[in-house]
Amino acid sequence: MKDRAMVPPAEFRSYYGRPIVRPAVWHHDIAAYLFTGGLAAGSALLAAGGDATNRPALRRAGRLTALGALGASTYFLVNDLGRPERFHHMLRVAKLTSPMSVGTWILSAFGGAAGVAAGAEILRWPRIGAAGGYAAAALAPALATYTAVLLADTATPSWHAAYPELPFVFAGSALASGAGVGLIAAPHTQTAPARTMAVLGAAMELYGAHRVETTKGILSEPYAQGRPGKLLRAGRTLTILGVAGALLGRRSRVVSALSGASLLAASLATRFGIFDGGIASAKDPKYTVVPQRERLRTRDGTNVETSP
Amino acid sequence: MGTNSLYGPLDPASDAGYTDAPPRMGFFTDTSVCIGCKACEVACKEWNAVPDDGFTLLGHSYDNTGGLSADSWRHVAFIEQPAASSVDALAVAAGGPATPDFRWLMMSNVCKHCTHAGCLDVCPTGALFRTEFGTVVVQEDICNGCGYCVPACPYGVIDQRKGDGRAWKCTMCYDRIGDGLTPACAQACPTQSIQYGELDELRERARERVAKVEGARLYGHDPDDGVGGDGAFFLLLDEPEVYGLPPDPIVTTRDLPAMWKRAGLAGLAMAAAVAVSFLGGNR
Repeated sequence: MKDRAMVPPAEFRSYYGRPIVRPAVWHHDIAAYLFTGGLAAGSALLAAGGDATNRPALRRAGRLTALGALGASTYFLVNDLGRPERFHHMLRVAKLTSPMSVGTWILSAFGGAAGVAAGAEILRWPRIGAAGGYAAAALAPALATYTAVLLADTATPSWHAAYPELPFVFAGSALASGAGVGLIAAPHTQTAPARTMAVLGAAMELYGAHRVETTKGILSEPYAQGRPGKLLRAGRTLTILGVAGALLGRRSRVVSALSGASLLAASLATRFGIFDGGIASAKDPKYTVVPQRERLRTRDGTNVETSP
Repeated sequence: MGTNSLYGPLDPASDAGYTDAPPRMGFFTDTSVCIGCKACEVACKEWNAVPDDGFTLLGHSYDNTGGLSADSWRHVAFIEQPAASSVDALAVAAGGPATPDFRWLMMSNVCKHCTHAGCLDVCPTGALFRTEFGTVVVQEDICNGCGYCVPACPYGVIDQRKGDGRAWKCTMCYDRIGDGLTPACAQACPTQSIQYGELDELRERARERVAKVEGARLYGHDPDDGVGGDGAFFLLLDEPEVYGLPPDPIVTTRDLPAMWKRAGLAGLAMAAAVAVSFLGGNR
């Protein structure tokens, strides 16, 4: 799986090697939220499927996990603010040009629905639970994928370049983590759909991540090196282990649960790897200057300023 | 939102909804006459009460500020280079007048007040807004420090202030220009390297100036560039990246419609995957 270096060592000029674009000031709260937000979405979908096909263990685990992951998400998001006490300022506008504003409204709506679903699950109110559960599931794909737009809609070179595939990485990662919850929580008589979900989610995640890691030229580099590289490789290995266990360990509750845990860990590692890869790309002016110079060279030959 | 709201030439104030907006105001920073006195840095700090950004010796020529940040809204860059002119070298060899064997580039950097401002586009609270002068300003009583504007800026200008949590940057002295005053940096500049005025007039002045200075180029003056033209643009004597500027900045939100499409596609694939998982056979 090792890719040869296709890009020759880049020559570029800079101001004392200082970064040009500024790395995101977000802490790992946001990387953690990428995971918990995806987990909430995947679990809500698992719960709705379990409700629709009469698999109560999937429904119950999905609804409760969705609410728990949503609570964690809210904590991470508020905690990362420079002024946490002003979190409600997010709700004073709805702005389509801001993925964070769009996401705030998606998360708020999802939170209401997931809260109703989980509450009804505990109180055993099936009709209200179904309404809340299906509403949450309807919002889940948006919740799982908007975070990819959130990262890509920046000047952070390796995040922006990954915008076509990043939503598929995050959608797949969310599906796989939701499937992981099902594999851990449900008896093997109910887990068949979770296994399929794990395979499909893993396929999306692995395909997207492979594209991000190999087709972005120099901007793929930050995802292959250092800590982001280690995290993404760990994510891939854990995903493959999780899927293998999900398919081969059907009869064993223990193997199923371990597979589920592996899928959850894989999702966590992948999110942190993508997060850290983007940060690394912003810290080195090479990733800003070289692709932009390349763009100027290829755009047209007329108004190009080249190095002496 | 108009047709060019995300990308392309545009009058930002009228696009933002102002009906009787005054002319768009801007900075033209002519680096060929900058003497590196840093009066702009000091005047900006004084007028805007920008806090101390630490006392560090960077070893970057005379630059101990480093770059623009939450606590430095003007930044003077110093670049020492071997002299580029081969003609002068020959003259020296022939016993002609001695010329310096290096040149010193100095440039006062500032927020670009982009026509298409990534920071403003992505701000989820409405704290960042477009003024009637076409500039971009943060409302400090609204900003909740989400930090999204920081990675969204293609120039790495806006920044979160440590210990305060909110985002800060140049306001083009919004509190001065509303009263017809010149921004503090331009007022303090002793060589008119920093010129403040109506953007159209500054662009005209820059066109004349660039024709007269050998090796000069304009940066950020073109309404057809990746950010729709900068409200603060420059005359440079070397490539932008030498001064720490991106050579071809493009506002990230140009691609936002394409990004949402890809996200929508991934969302549909996700829903389909769940449907297949639960309906496709019952093992």
